Amino acid sequence: MRTQAEITTLADAVAELVNDGDTVALEGFTHLIPVAAGQEIIRQRRRDLTLVRMTPDIVYDQLIGAGCARKLIFSWGGNPGVGSLHRFREAVQRKELEIEEHSHAGMANRYVAAASNLPFAVLRGYNGTSLPEHTDTIRPIACPFTGEWLTAVPALDLDVGIIHAQQADRAGNVQLWGQVGVQKETVLGARRSLVTVEEIVDELEPRPNAVVLPRWVATKVAHVPGGARPSYAQDYYERDNAAYREWDAISRDPEKFAAWLEAL
Amino acid sequence: MSYTADEMMSIAAARALKGVNACFVGIGLPSTGANLARRTYAPDLVLVYEAGAIGAKPPRLPLSIGDGMLGETADAVVSVPEMFNYWVQPGRIDVGFLGAAQIDRYANINTTVIGPYDAPKVRLPGAGGAPEIAASCGEVIVIVRQTPRAFVERVDFVTSVGFGSGPGDRERLGLRGKGPAKVITDLGILEPDPATKELVLTHVHPGIRAEQARAATGWDLKVAPDLETTEPPTEDELSKLRELVAA
Repeated sequence: MRTQAEITTLADAVAELVNDGDTVALEGFTHLIPVAAGQEIIRQRRRDLTLVRMTPDIVYDQLIGAGCARKLIFSWGGNPGVGSLHRFREAVQRKELEIEEHSHAGMANRYVAAASNLPFAVLRGYNGTSLPEHTDTIRPIACPFTGEWLTAVPALDLDVGIIHAQQADRAGNVQLWGQVGVQKETVLGARRSLVTVEEIVDELEPRPNAVVLPRWVATKVAHVPGGARPSYAQDYYERDNAAYREWDAISRDPEKFAAWLEAL
Repeated sequence: MSYTADEMMSIAAARALKGVNACFVGIGLPSTGANLARRTYAPDLVLVYEAGAIGAKPPRLPLSIGDGMLGETADAVVSVPEMFNYWVQPGRIDVGFLGAAQIDRYANINTTVIGPYDAPKVRLPGAGGAPEIAASCGEVIVIVRQTPRAFVERVDFVTSVGFGSGPGDRERLGLRGKGPAKVITDLGILEPDPATKELVLTHVHPGIRAEQARAATGWDLKVAPDLETTEPPTEDELSKLRELVAA
């Protein structure tokens, strides 16, 4: 029985937790995106992954362009505030990437169901849209009490959940704060998990609105300062908007992308 | 003071938020309009961004919905499941402000694909929060530039439902919000006919003729018999908008 998260290096954590063919979620809703962990997956040349993320952005464009992914489960794929993800867009247009597409509400509820160890979640959603025609994991369900027709979405079946947080202590307690997205559900909903952190501290100081993952919840914790760049880590560094704009030119041009990958 | 068509569109959007309490804001044109409203007609407007910020007071226009200043200036920061389950789904947000890649005469919106889903001509970002915002917010305001490519007879994919295929569809689908109230464009304003739910041109912006708006629309756009001309931007509106965009 695990009593505390193992504190290890990023390379060892990815090597031990992420296998070819796994279903892996890297979450962080615009804030605290685990970019360094995603790039380590690229370096270790994982293949045939089913990648899960509500908002696949730059790091998923990198993973897809590097050939790590077989399938993507998502709800919004773009370079936020800039435009398209060109590696993602090209892979879809060439049918090189299978997609399973949802709305944010549906994805958020799939994480909640996974964290709750329930087979599915219920919401008012998708009615009248074209999504159910194309996504098999959206099904109608009647409320057993009122008969109202609602929508069911299955729990995500996650082998690995990866997030980035501001702090952990030496026992493996993790604390993140600011916009916390679906990170708690990602860790609780996955069979194995990795939390990269800005800082390892002797004692976590209570913060308003913080999410605390007690020490036995995450499988591994790795100290990776700057691990969310170019996204941001509240109270550590700001979002690097220029990097998001610059990615557009790299992603657009296969040769520039190949050179970027070579240099990683 | 001279102004651009996009400036007129953002100002019309800000004016549409007079008297609104809480507004769910997408990035891009909706964000510009909503932030301008907070600086002009609706100083107490609660800006809600899907990354979790409720009551954000950004000092400049955020590049993305995840911009740190949204959370740091918010009255409350909630998780994403909470945002959709506790705030959007029960209809706690009065107005959803959405953009569109394609829109049809019943204000159904496509932000998913151009062309067939399985062999898309253009793959767009997808749904994000829009389907449930369109379903459950009190009402919806759409901001989109009016071109024949965007204003189409039939959207290639219904990402977010406006009025479906006409009157009664929202009720039949169990969508609890009232649906699109206005579509604000760079040429004018379209509003649904109360009986048919079809979008009708009710306003043209100064210097725009109804014929221009009709030519920029892929269906036979109806024009309201009492078509009005939007008030031109005031100096105050323009200077506040320019200050906001430049900040």
